[in-house]
Amino acid sequence: MNDAQWETLSNQGVAAAGVVYFLALLAYAVQWAALRDAPVRQAVPVGAGVGAGAGAPAEAPAEDVSHRTEMAGRLGVLLTAVGALAHFVALLGRGMAADPNRVPWGNMYEFTLSGTFVVVALFLATTRRWRLSWLGPIVVGFVLCVLLADVLWLYEPVAPLTEALESYWLVIHVVAAIIATGAFTLGAITSVLYLLKARSSKDTGYLARLPEPAVLDRVSYRMHAFGFPIWTFGVLITGPIWAHQAWSSYWNWDPKEVWAFITWVVYAAYLHARATAGWRGRNAAYLALVGAAALWFNFIGINFFSTTSQHSYANGAEVERSVVLRVAPTAVEPAQEVRVVVGADHPRR
Amino acid sequence: MTDLQPDLRQRPSDDRQATPLPMDLTARELARWSWRQLTSMRTALVLLLLLALAAIPGSVIPQEDIDSLKVSQWRDDHPRLAPIWDRLDLFSVYGSVWFSAIYILLMISLVGCIVPRLLVYARALRAKPPKAPRNLSRLPESTSYETDEAPEVVLARAAAVIRKRRFRVDWTAGASDSVAAERGHLREAGNLLFHLAVIVVLVGVAVGSLFGYKGGVIMFVGKDYGFSNNLTQYDDFAPGSLFDESVMEPFSFTIDSFDVDWITDPDSRRVGMARKFVSHLDYRTEPGAADQQYDLKVNHPLSIGGTDVFLIGHGYAPVITIRDGDGNVAQSGPTVFLPTNAQTFESFGVVKAPDAQPTQIGLEGTFYPTFAMGRDADGRLTMPSSAFGNALDPLVSLFAYTGDVGLDDGSSASVYVLDKAKTTQVMKSDGQPFRMDLRPGDTVTLPDGLGSVTFEGLQRWNKIQISRTPGKLVALAGVVLALLGLLGSLFVRPRRVWVRARRQDDGSTLVEVARLDRSSGGDPETGRDELADIVAALQQHPREDREARA
Ligand code: HEM
Repeated sequence: MNDAQWETLSNQGVAAAGVVYFLALLAYAVQWAALRDAPVRQAVPVGAGVGAGAGAPAEAPAEDVSHRTEMAGRLGVLLTAVGALAHFVALLGRGMAADPNRVPWGNMYEFTLSGTFVVVALFLATTRRWRLSWLGPIVVGFVLCVLLADVLWLYEPVAPLTEALESYWLVIHVVAAIIATGAFTLGAITSVLYLLKARSSKDTGYLARLPEPAVLDRVSYRMHAFGFPIWTFGVLITGPIWAHQAWSSYWNWDPKEVWAFITWVVYAAYLHARATAGWRGRNAAYLALVGAAALWFNFIGINFFSTTSQHSYANGAEVERSVVLRVAPTAVEPAQEVRVVVGADHPRR
Repeated sequence: MTDLQPDLRQRPSDDRQATPLPMDLTARELARWSWRQLTSMRTALVLLLLLALAAIPGSVIPQEDIDSLKVSQWRDDHPRLAPIWDRLDLFSVYGSVWFSAIYILLMISLVGCIVPRLLVYARALRAKPPKAPRNLSRLPESTSYETDEAPEVVLARAAAVIRKRRFRVDWTAGASDSVAAERGHLREAGNLLFHLAVIVVLVGVAVGSLFGYKGGVIMFVGKDYGFSNNLTQYDDFAPGSLFDESVMEPFSFTIDSFDVDWITDPDSRRVGMARKFVSHLDYRTEPGAADQQYDLKVNHPLSIGGTDVFLIGHGYAPVITIRDGDGNVAQSGPTVFLPTNAQTFESFGVVKAPDAQPTQIGLEGTFYPTFAMGRDADGRLTMPSSAFGNALDPLVSLFAYTGDVGLDDGSSASVYVLDKAKTTQVMKSDGQPFRMDLRPGDTVTLPDGLGSVTFEGLQRWNKIQISRTPGKLVALAGVVLALLGLLGSLFVRPRRVWVRARRQDDGSTLVEVARLDRSSGGDPETGRDELADIVAALQQHPREDREARA
């Protein structure tokens, strides 16, 4: 296959993934719609006493309803997995379409494509062990929306990486950032569900069928506990190593770095909050959301708000404009000026 | 942290919060109270949030250390706000008093938090697992069964079974009716390691910023130009506050040649862009040492001792000679032109001849490595531009100025900027600005007997960044340790198991087994499984024991 064919394959992969995720969403919709009016009798709370016959199922609705919903739920998971496969092909195609072949995260379009893939993959990997089937519709719905936005607004044709990006430290750094982003995003979703569930007193509908708030809280914690060391590794170890090689100093307080640091500190605060009386539970969940906001602001916002970031996805025109500004007749030390202009050889990320 | 306390909900740090502040504290009590407040978990939490908050302005407002040019522009644009921002240190947030105050408080809090926990931990390591609570069945994870075995037999087996699961077990035959076991001390060790490592990282970073330096130099390519590592040779130099010049390693180098690999494949989307830059360096680690070669590339710095040399940019330097009205050479040599377009290397530059007679001469203009005329949608010629970054058809287009070009009065004018305040532009007789378009070898005579300008040829320059960051390996070791500690702290699950066996009135033995998970993310399912496994192992054995006896 040549590069153009790989690129086409990638685009078809995205389209196919979108369609299959949509079908998965429909399957989940069928499942939840069937359950909509059936009131929920609380099952024995998950995690209750071992000896006390834990895991007794909720009083089953009519036999056929339960069968139908179960089938729909299984179909949903199956379709999600098929969608993830197409999603993966789309990623592979992006990497193979570039010359030389490379990792598929050269720009925001590809980063989003990879990040959403991680969200789905993490969900699929943990759904059985942690009994997360209730999370299916939300995950698929979320990923579908983000993919749609990605294709509509962020799409870019395949291009090779600039030289500064050709470093395996960078590959590791970005893999870590993407995996952590996926985990934190799932954690944010479960934190929102936790906050909603803790407020809600209804006994029908989606919220009512979610597990206990304590379970949601724990799932959320696990997602964050999984993401935090990876984020630490990506942002505080491999990031600086790469920055040292490429920019000659390992920490520059570049806006992208500042926000990665802020994100890290907020998540550290989240972990602390869970161990502090009065902050456990609701406040910790709010902190998790603040962390997610910082995370996503760093990814999207900084590129639009900051012009000093060496990480910015600068294009020629932007560089030109800023340089013209810089040669305005102010008495400046030459060296600074040069540093800035030479910084015009921006890595893209 | 709370390893000695069985109840997760009551951490010592939380208890401290509950201590009210009586009005009649003695000074000593007050100091102690403040210390407790400072080292409490809640304060750490608030300080962390404050740190995150305090970092934000630096990402929005231009920073002096990062982009001082932007700062001066910002000052010009906001004359009212700038003094206020200055007073608040908002142009150097990360070195400001208030930012430092937050992280120093955090560090003090951290030390105050770790040291006692280290002591507690050291004691906990040697301590025996806590005795079984009186009522095991009240614990959330517990179960019981009856058997006709003697309690001692059950307990002995329990001790063996649990020990095999790598718990620390406390049981002496005959001394008690229960076995106590504990596992997962590494969690607290990991947590302590993590927090200690944060301090190590900070020390490493501090050493680097106090004793290190970072400097840059623009060097022309060629054997005629060289750099030796001392202060006078740098264009810009940013030392740490405790930097000592004597640590500078006495190396020197020249840039033998510089290669750029341009993408010429017309099918490539990025045709015309550069793929690889390589500076072929000739360097000596000290005067008199052997000559060595190194290919300096982006992402591949050269390390000499503790100093790193980086290639961070490149560009063109047209060699321009200005002859003045008297026919004397007033200025000659390569002049650095700064790229204004990272892809086509269209560059902007200034040539000054302050010694020219009868009047000083300044030139300002654009260099096009591959000159081309742009075309608009209708195919009409529009602005000149550069089609490629490599010099296929170099052309420099200049305007001339006379008057005070600003170098002879000693003011610190930039060599990259022509201050036109005291100059007049050279005009043609028709009143249009006089413009020269020169290709290599071309000479143009300036009007009014001012002199002439010759474009002799092209030279290249490299921007070299040189930095010495002592302590960077300390910082790296710190983060790596922090990560290891973090993994222990997040994923090791400390837990306790108790087994109690008591003879009941009817002669049977009641065996109670309980488990207590002490981690934040404890998984009820694995907990349940572990408990079930233990119970199964306890009940399974009788058969084997009997078979063994038989
Ligand atoms: C630079 C500042 C700090 C950072 C980045 C930081 C970070 C962290 C992180 C990421 C954790 C999570 C590990 C876990 O959940 O086990 C943690 C836990 C903990 N930290 Fe800190 N911390 C800092 C300062 C402090 C201070 C000042 C204290 C003392 C008051 C403290 C006390 C604790 C305790 C007791 C835990 C264990 C919480 C638990 O049981 O989960 N930390 N810290």
